[in-house]
Amino acid sequence: MLSGALALIHREIRLAVRQGMDSFMAIVFFVLACVLFPLGIGPEPQMLSRIAAGVICVAALLAALLSLDRLFQADFEDGSLEQMALSSMPLSIVVLAKVAAHWLTTGLPLIVAAPVLAVLLQLDVQAYGALLAALALATPSLSLIGAVGAALVLGARRGGVLLALLILPLYIPLLIFAVAAIDAAALGLPVRPHLLLLAGVCAGALALAPGTAAAAMRQALA
Amino acid sequence: MVGLSVENLVCVRGERTIFSGLSFRLRGGDALVLSGRNGAGKSSLLRVLAGLLPPAGGRIAWEGTDVGRDKDAHRAHVRFVGHADAVKPALSVSENLYPWAVLWGGRAAAAERIASALDHFGIPQLGETPGRWLSAGQRRRVALARLLLAPAPLWLLDEPRTALDTDAAARLDSAVERHRKGGGMVVIALHEGARPPGALPLDLDTLRAAAC
Repeated sequence: MLSGALALIHREIRLAVRQGMDSFMAIVFFVLACVLFPLGIGPEPQMLSRIAAGVICVAALLAALLSLDRLFQADFEDGSLEQMALSSMPLSIVVLAKVAAHWLTTGLPLIVAAPVLAVLLQLDVQAYGALLAALALATPSLSLIGAVGAALVLGARRGGVLLALLILPLYIPLLIFAVAAIDAAALGLPVRPHLLLLAGVCAGALALAPGTAAAAMRQALA
Repeated sequence: MVGLSVENLVCVRGERTIFSGLSFRLRGGDALVLSGRNGAGKSSLLRVLAGLLPPAGGRIAWEGTDVGRDKDAHRAHVRFVGHADAVKPALSVSENLYPWAVLWGGRAAAAERIASALDHFGIPQLGETPGRWLSAGQRRRVALARLLLAPAPLWLLDEPRTALDTDAAARLDSAVERHRKGGGMVVIALHEGARPPGALPLDLDTLRAAAC
């Protein structure tokens, strides 16, 4: 079963690399959205450093959302998903493998790009560690919760918009805790409680999301 | 021991009853050919048998035990070739087949199994060709090659001859023949053309006429 899951992750990453646009676009969107803020509200360092944490987190969240509607849709349309459903491997493991691949191709590049944008947005230097830690804990949850939404909108018309409406409210706790962690670090306050809350959300999503997404997927496949 | 038995199966899609009161039994080596006009429920029946579509009533049993009890185990008995070929344009033919070979049969000798499956369907030279360059018939051959990657006792084929030339159709027939000789079962939805020798016919049109 492990080798099957690894083969699926390998396939997803290969697909993401070959047809590169999807994950590449998410990263470009992330960078552009962050760059727009200094252009829109002016280059005052104090103003920028106050909003930096929020801007980076919101942009990362929207960038993840942008890449989610293709997570299952392409495999659903070409019949790959029903082939995956017909194996001894539970569908929730299939979901988990696809989420892992999604995180590796979207979440990880977002984490790598974030410090560069933090420089641009004048984020306080002592908050960089918290920024990376918060994103490292929040991006897996973005992929996991997003997978539930992506599975629910399979086969729906205008799935992309519906997906945003379904998923954005669920992303709010992640946004609040991530921004709180980064702001706390900038002010020299303890970061740990906020990171623990993020880790808690991540653990909850890891336990609940694969099964929920698999159930939604079964509905779409019937 | 009866391999697959179906009793009083009812299938409902939306508000419409597609068929009801369907019963049959298949033993190892049996073939069942489904016929009926468009919309008679051939594809729906195959999806129900695959465990993708829950039946609205009735019972499907595998070796005497209800398949509803362990759905994942039942799905592992099945190879399904539907209307969609599930071939990714960005991956080569062997890369397309590799995940399925590992998922169904483990990593051992996966490359050899892929090569022999492609060989059987007459496309050994296409292993490195990207999916986007394949013709419709070649894509269909790749989809059918999936049947041979790892053994499974029940094959469900939905109009498998679509887009196939006579050579490929003959190769499919020989694969089905070999599968049946090895004790496998096959359910095929067929519109026209020769039926596998000794196949049991099931006309879904008459079934509906009886139900109405």
